[in-house]
Amino acid sequence: MDAPPPPTLRELFGGFFGVGVSGFGGVLPWARRMLVEERRWLGPDEFTDVLSLCQFLPGPNIVNVAVTVGSRFHGVRGALAAVVGLMAAPFAIVVALGALYTTYGHVPAVEATIRGVSATAAGLLVAMALKMARTGLTRWSAVIVAGAAFGGIALARFPLLAVLGVVAPLSVAAIWRSVR
Amino acid sequence: MTDSPLAQLALDFGLLSLIAVGGGIAVLPEMQRMVVDNHGWMTAATFADLFALAQAAPGPNVLVVSLIGWQVAGLAGAAVATVAMTVPTSVLTYAFARVWERSRDAHWRKAIQRGLAPVTVGLMLAAAYLITRAADETAAAYALTAFTAAVVIATKLHPLWLIALGAVLGLLGIV
Repeated sequence: MDAPPPPTLRELFGGFFGVGVSGFGGVLPWARRMLVEERRWLGPDEFTDVLSLCQFLPGPNIVNVAVTVGSRFHGVRGALAAVVGLMAAPFAIVVALGALYTTYGHVPAVEATIRGVSATAAGLLVAMALKMARTGLTRWSAVIVAGAAFGGIALARFPLLAVLGVVAPLSVAAIWRSVR
Repeated sequence: MTDSPLAQLALDFGLLSLIAVGGGIAVLPEMQRMVVDNHGWMTAATFADLFALAQAAPGPNVLVVSLIGWQVAGLAGAAVATVAMTVPTSVLTYAFARVWERSRDAHWRKAIQRGLAPVTVGLMLAAAYLITRAADETAAAYALTAFTAAVVIATKLHPLWLIALGAVLGLLGIV
């Protein structure tokens, strides 16, 4: 199979627009489907490499993916087209939801419904965290690092920067020599 | 601290985006600390509501920051919070992409990647714990959270069905 021609700005916008409106509860799987399987802008290995960068760098992973892919084809303009495509529709939707929440959030029936959705949303997050723990914590040192980060943030309620400043360097140092 | 909520949103989320290792959701606890504890902009329950709305909507989960911005300062707040959370890190990504590609086999890259992975897991667990504590007030709500997590882990059911179930149980006054 030949690689398809590089996407235009309009195609970048359109591709990420589709990712933005279709992703419920996490958009990364949809981004992979669009980039690798449907439009073939990236090979599977290229996608994995882009994703590793975007997970390594701070900030929302999917936004970083849009920046990396957009800029690879069209520089700053490509990055803008991809990010705006990704964010425009979901932003409008959540602002509309926010407006409804402000107006009707205190109606008892609405309050009760949101309470139910909140409990479910928390469950989705619990599931994601546990899945990551299951695949990511395969060494005892990793369990200790994750436990320290959890304890510092969730139990002791230390500021994030303080916890990261201690735990992240120690974790990298601990792994340093075993990495080949 | 500044007097203008918009400037405060820009400053807080701009800085937060630069330490958001592991993505937007991993720093939910820090957002909660900022907007609930430090600034008193909303209660923990409202914060959990906004997270739920963001989860129920399509698109990146990080759009919870748009809702927080909305709650604090309306449409301008939503726009400022979203831009602050995405632009600094986008610039960083843009600048760093080529270095990253070139150092595919570099030792430092592998060590940092593998060292940060368990940190991210810990942050996600903390976010899940704190959101659950903020969202659930009754034993039934905790049960629904646990049920949802179990279903997501054990099956491939689309999360929208679970969100719909939560809405119905809430409306019926069960949780």
